[in-house]
Amino acid sequence: MCAASHPVARRDGLAVLDAEEIRRALTRIAHEILERTHGGDGVVLLGIPTRGVPLARRLAAQIGEFERLEVPCGSLDVTMHRDDLRLHPARALGRTELPPAGVDGKTVVLVDDVLYSGRTVRAALDALNDLGRPRAVQLAVLVDRGHRELPIRADYVGKNLPTSQRELVHVLLTEVDAQDAVVISDTGGAA
Amino acid sequence: MKRHLISAADLSRGDALLILDTTEELARIADRPIKKLPTLRGRTVVNLFFEDSTRTRISFEAAAKRLSADVINFSAKGSSVAKGESLKDTALTLEAMGADAVVIRHSASGAAHRLSGWVQGSVVNAGDGTHEHPTQALLDAFTIRHRLKGSQGSQGSGLDGLRVTIVGDVLHSRVARSNVLLLSTLGAEVTLTAPPTLLPLAVDTWPCSVSYDLDSELPKSDVVMMLRVQQERMSAAYFPSVREYRRRYGLDATRMARLPDHAIVMHPGPMNRGVEIAAEVADSPRSTIVEQVANGVTTRMAVLYLLLGGTEFPAVTS
Amino acid sequence: MSTASADRTSWLIRGAEVAGPGSRRVADLLLAGGTITAIDTGLSGAGAHVVDAAGLIALPGLVDLHTHLREPGREDAETVETGTRAAALGGYTAVHAMANTEPVADTAGVVEQVWRLGQAAGYCDVQPVGAVTVGLAGTSLAELGTMADSAARVRVFSDDGRCVADPLLMRRALEYVKAFDGVIAQHAQDPRLTEDAQLNEGEISGRLGLAGWPAVAEEAIIARDCLLAAHVGSTLHVCHVSTAGSVEIIRWAKSKGWPVTAEVTPHHLLLTDELAVGYDPVFKVNPPLRTAADVAELRRALADGTIDCVATDHAPHPVEAKETEWSQAAFGMIGLETALRVVQQAMVDTGLLDWAGVADRMSVRPARIGRLTGHGAPIAVGGPANLTLYDPAAPAETVSQVGASKSRNTPFAGMPMPGRVVATFLRGTPTVLDGKLA
Repeated sequence: MCAASHPVARRDGLAVLDAEEIRRALTRIAHEILERTHGGDGVVLLGIPTRGVPLARRLAAQIGEFERLEVPCGSLDVTMHRDDLRLHPARALGRTELPPAGVDGKTVVLVDDVLYSGRTVRAALDALNDLGRPRAVQLAVLVDRGHRELPIRADYVGKNLPTSQRELVHVLLTEVDAQDAVVISDTGGAA
Repeated sequence: MKRHLISAADLSRGDALLILDTTEELARIADRPIKKLPTLRGRTVVNLFFEDSTRTRISFEAAAKRLSADVINFSAKGSSVAKGESLKDTALTLEAMGADAVVIRHSASGAAHRLSGWVQGSVVNAGDGTHEHPTQALLDAFTIRHRLKGSQGSQGSGLDGLRVTIVGDVLHSRVARSNVLLLSTLGAEVTLTAPPTLLPLAVDTWPCSVSYDLDSELPKSDVVMMLRVQQERMSAAYFPSVREYRRRYGLDATRMARLPDHAIVMHPGPMNRGVEIAAEVADSPRSTIVEQVANGVTTRMAVLYLLLGGTEFPAVTS
Repeated sequence: MSTASADRTSWLIRGAEVAGPGSRRVADLLLAGGTITAIDTGLSGAGAHVVDAAGLIALPGLVDLHTHLREPGREDAETVETGTRAAALGGYTAVHAMANTEPVADTAGVVEQVWRLGQAAGYCDVQPVGAVTVGLAGTSLAELGTMADSAARVRVFSDDGRCVADPLLMRRALEYVKAFDGVIAQHAQDPRLTEDAQLNEGEISGRLGLAGWPAVAEEAIIARDCLLAAHVGSTLHVCHVSTAGSVEIIRWAKSKGWPVTAEVTPHHLLLTDELAVGYDPVFKVNPPLRTAADVAELRRALADGTIDCVATDHAPHPVEAKETEWSQAAFGMIGLETALRVVQQAMVDTGLLDWAGVADRMSVRPARIGRLTGHGAPIAVGGPANLTLYDPAAPAETVSQVGASKSRNTPFAGMPMPGRVVATFLRGTPTVLDGKLA
């Protein structure tokens, strides 16, 4: 019952990542996180709803497999901190759920499916700010499609995907969409 | 396009669930160190209270401030209204001040309706005469869902199959009207229990049942909602004495014991302890009276966010 | 324009359909010297002004038994001049002005004042109604006899606005007026059952949270007064009947041969309490708008004569009295200018009443009930030249809020309605020509 306010990408667009490629990308990211955080010390994964949340869980599961480490995992909804609220009807809120130990002094890794203008991440940083004071904040995304409008960059990227602004990038995940794929479709002009 | 919240009948099941689910999310903010969100920054919310009600006004004020809105409080006492300014002129003054939303409480039924014709912003009915009080019904529905289904189990779900008994002066109660509409929209089975003099003549057209006998309703109720009974009704011959009213329709400890174990007792406040509700009942663990107040702030935050946070209240399919 | 010089010129009305008992006929009418001097086809009127009335219905000048002209005291809402202008535009040649003015019309002095104001304005005859009780307070009889003997020759007495609730006082009033062939017109509303009532008691009032005005509060008083009138042998007129139950009681009283008459307003023939859902006080009126079942029964009763006539209860109010919360707003609707059009829509276009019936219910009977001479005579040679020319085929136009009345509180604003009053003649002189004041 989410308020739909963006044009929905056609599922019959071009698939640029299949399930196997997604799995490999996530595995690589999980290893990279462990490398750059001294073995996952003090790491908290926070997925940005909707699809950042299953991605964060998958990463936590992977890290748990490699390292037998339980990385705390949660979700961070950014709707109330968005800068484009006045442009659309009000949106339904996603769930914000922090792990019991919180975020103070932790290395928070934000997890999202697509990095585009950077505004969602900016909102996430604001939202995070009201919840506590992490030691550091990093960003992991499955797809970086370029066209940044703010000085924001990802620490961990599954795939760089140059796109035009006419295109829509849609990440499908089994937990939400019954399949794993990354699909690009053309809106025919409407961005 | 939904610009106002004037009657619980304005809300479809989908709308009501959206508000309740949003409230559920916002309720977590109460546990945070910073209880504020920037969402309504730059918006102006005016509290236009022609009737004294510190409690409801503070609730709306807290809700608006937690969303970073600017709040202007206008109370009728000692104002231009006391000097005879009409509702229309007051409305035009608010327009000139650029109110994005006006929360109105007034003693005349229909005042919120009339106001909506005179202002550009959103009108939220905080109680108009004996007509409606939709945010009260929303916070009541939220309280019921939260208490009886828990916070994990309630996302997206209504009140289907729950049996709610509303007891008291229904004829003069805006809380009753809004609750009958909203609770039945959400799938609950509502029963009104009162002496016949305190029920509207055409109550058989309402989406609820009616009973004159409280004792027979108690064992079947998941929720009992007590309404305030005003002593002035006695002089207008609605019931012979407070004593008889209490005897037949008051919720005391004995009656409370007849409720199923899980059942809860609610009251919109202010209470007449010792009349419609006994002190031990009001203070018992079954009573949700205190959390209703807390839920009031979050529910009103959800309403203000959904009305003002974007360009309009989201269109919900269902 | 004083009435004394009303018969200066003559008028030839060509090709009008004369509404009378029996078959309808198209004819020319010659008006001269204040009377109808000829009715025939192919009339030539040497020197007469000619009015082409092809396609128009000629009715005897309409008579309103129930109007509020507000003067003296509430001239911000209406004056005798503005009210009678509205009346003329509505096709009326005589109106009864109700007594709830400030001061109340409970003395010869006030009723004579109102009568003179009507004469001076000259748009239609104003017949003052006298109050039944002093100050409308319902405790002691007003000087009914003196008002009857005054220049205003009052015959209809009413506390309208308020009910004569005390049964003993109502009995006395009914008895007292027998001496001068007077009639008591009762506003039937039990005060105890309608304290602070806002709207018909029913499904809508319950939903809207507005205090109900139960039908029984009207019906119980009507039943009591019919019995009283029969008991003392006096005539009773019931104002603004609004419920099916009231109709039933009046029908029963008439079946016993009791001298009871009744009126219904145009708005009660068309509108229901459903209109209150937006809380717009333009629909707030006393007695209140009722249900569709009541409307249907009132129409049937007017058609079969159980209800004798249409009376507008034209009740002007200034804007600020209606532009407010419902419970604060004044009760009342204006209706003089739209009455005939509403009756066409509700009664003629639905096949319930023909134009002869309209003539009877809006002119003949009201004049008879009011004991008004010089009005309400069927159109005939030698009769007074009080005429209304009406075009039932005029394209439906939306009713405007703005009319000749000083006030704007018409519930029909924005509604398309058929018909148009084309001309009104008062004793042979036109007050309205081509739909405008002459």
